[in-house]
Amino acid sequence: MAKRIESLQIIENKHLNNDFFIIELKGNGQIPEMKPGQFVQVKVDGSPGTFLRRPFSIHDVNYDRNTYKLLVQIVGKGTETLSKLKKGDSLNTIYPLGNSFSLPGKGQRPLLVGGGCGIAPLLFLGKYLKKNGYDPDILLGFRSRDRIIEYNEYIELGEVFLTTEDGSRGEKGLVTEHPLLSSSRYDMIYCCGPDPMMKAVAKFSIEHKINCEVSLENLMGCGIGACLCCIVETVKGNLCTCTDGPVFNTNDLKW
Amino acid sequence: MVKLDFNIGDLNFKNPVLTASGTFGYGSEFDDFLDVSRLGGIIVKGTTLEPREGNAYPRMAETPSGMLNSVGLQNKGIDYFERNIYPKLSQYKTNVIVNINGSSIDDYVALAERINDLDHIPAIELNISCPNVKMGGMVFGTNPASTREVTKAVRAVCLKKLIVKLSPNVTNIVEFANIVQEEGADAISLINTLLGIAVDIHKMKPSLSTVTGGLSGPAIKPVALRMVWQVARAVKIPVIGIGGIMNAEDAIEFLLAGASAIQVGTASFIDPQTSVKILEGIESYLVNKGFNDIEDIIGFINKPC
Ligand SMILES: Cc1cc2nc3c(=O)[nH]c(=O)nc-3n(C[C@H](O)[C@H](O)[C@H](O)COP(=O)(O)OP(=O)(O)OC[C@H]3O[C@@H](n4cnc5c(N)ncnc54)[C@H](O)[C@@H]3O)c2cc1C
Ligand SMILES: Cc1cc2nc3c(=O)[nH]c(=O)nc-3n(C[C@H](O)[C@H](O)[C@H](O)COP(=O)(O)O)c2cc1C
Ligand code: FES
Repeated sequence: MAKRIESLQIIENKHLNNDFFIIELKGNGQIPEMKPGQFVQVKVDGSPGTFLRRPFSIHDVNYDRNTYKLLVQIVGKGTETLSKLKKGDSLNTIYPLGNSFSLPGKGQRPLLVGGGCGIAPLLFLGKYLKKNGYDPDILLGFRSRDRIIEYNEYIELGEVFLTTEDGSRGEKGLVTEHPLLSSSRYDMIYCCGPDPMMKAVAKFSIEHKINCEVSLENLMGCGIGACLCCIVETVKGNLCTCTDGPVFNTNDLKW
Repeated sequence: MVKLDFNIGDLNFKNPVLTASGTFGYGSEFDDFLDVSRLGGIIVKGTTLEPREGNAYPRMAETPSGMLNSVGLQNKGIDYFERNIYPKLSQYKTNVIVNINGSSIDDYVALAERINDLDHIPAIELNISCPNVKMGGMVFGTNPASTREVTKAVRAVCLKKLIVKLSPNVTNIVEFANIVQEEGADAISLINTLLGIAVDIHKMKPSLSTVTGGLSGPAIKPVALRMVWQVARAVKIPVIGIGGIMNAEDAIEFLLAGASAIQVGTASFIDPQTSVKILEGIESYLVNKGFNDIEDIIGFINKPC
């Protein structure tokens, strides 16, 4: 699908809690077909402190409304500025970028694992799996109860399991410590979250010979394969996270 | 119609807007956003004899109005280039220029010889200014004697137009410009990136795996402009201005300061259509100012009034 650069109108900027918000953008013409795992490069405001674009996963797409959503965690200047945008403001975006998650084999059971802003691509992925006849389970990890973000939409896709590091909700500990993971019920794991989480899940998957795909959040200069800044070491040499990824099979990564 | 073309020797460029090496891939990365053939030329990724994996991640850091990179010339080598990339590049109706890099003079010479055989590459850009490789690169471009030696050696074999890309990490840029002109360069491009570092205060570590990297973007524009102005006044061969050009206004500043053409670098990351927008902007500037030949504004600020 051809990439495009467009200024899109924000039709909603919904704050979920102090850290997270969801921006819904309306297509100018018909939005192109997008795949789960793909991302968008957003121009914040071109100010000296947010000079480069910021990459965000496509959180959800609604072709009927002709909109797509980004789920963003405030971590710095750029995301802070974006959090203040209002309905009616416009946002310049380059999209859709990158590859996408692959479907599990026929009859296989998928598990989605996410933490922090890493849960962003999992909603779109979950819907896609559901549409293709799979029943995913969903395991979400948060630091504590007050960091948990609304997950009602995930419940419609499959059973949702929670962990918090302090045990204030769900299982106490990290996602990799949740009994679900070691229940060996799954044939395919999709994971997106902080690096240590993805590495731990990757290690688990490799040890248990479970197919696993992760979505990487490497720093990006361009997002379109032009700068070679976003590389990840793989068994096939250095690959670009933005064009060869962001989704990688953990068997290919030199983790 | 405004006349926009310029020449390096007998090589004609239909307009003065080129793209900078390492920031425009091999052109195809931009096909969805613009018609590459509209540009005056594209300078493709830094190429070496052997494949290179480049430096370890992280290779970039954002800095105020700019970025540091330490990509380190990751590329698949000249054999792969010739077999897999060159055929596609040949389809563009613009001047495709290869940026060549080596660890030794022999490397540069061998690469120049290889490119002699490629009909659709009318010029090479000799990169003696890459700050991100341990051997070669800037080591050549910051020492007058080796700048002379490498330019002379490449000139002796190169049948294409020879553009030498200068490093800004020197005290007296004009000295280097004069040397490459004396040794037979057909044009000079400048500037490559400025050596810099950034520190991650949370991790209490350098932001780049290599510690040092090359600074690009609007942060370097005044420095680039000053060097272009100095060099353009000193040499007779065409000067191609590079450094922090984000829009037509920036590009026009370089032309007025003496550059015959410009290269768009980091700006293409933020808006992949920057180069064509600059082309259109230059054209309307000339029309509005009542010029019908771009030649008339080159070095305008140096003209006696
Ligand atoms: C393919 C991809 C998809 C992404 N999807 C999402 C998403 O759906 N939702 C979301 O909230 N975030 C996502 N991110 C991360 C997001 O791009 C960064 O959080 C954002 O760029 C930070 O911008 P800032 O200006 O607020 O932070 P800055 O002020 O630039 O930096 C603040 C802090 O965040 C860290 N940081 C900056 N960029 C990144 C990055 N790319 N990855 C990890 N840490 C970073 C910095 O090191 C620094 O410590 C994604 C990143 C990639 C590469
Ligand atoms: C990511 C990146 C990679 C680069 N790679 C090369 C290269 O391979 N060869 C080269 O001569 N210059 C390279 N450069 C330097 C640019 O061509 C240009 O000289 C510099 O970025 C200044 O221009 P700008 O400020 O418009 O980006 C690179 C720059 C960047 C940002
Ligand atoms: S971000 Fe530029 S190549 Fe991936």
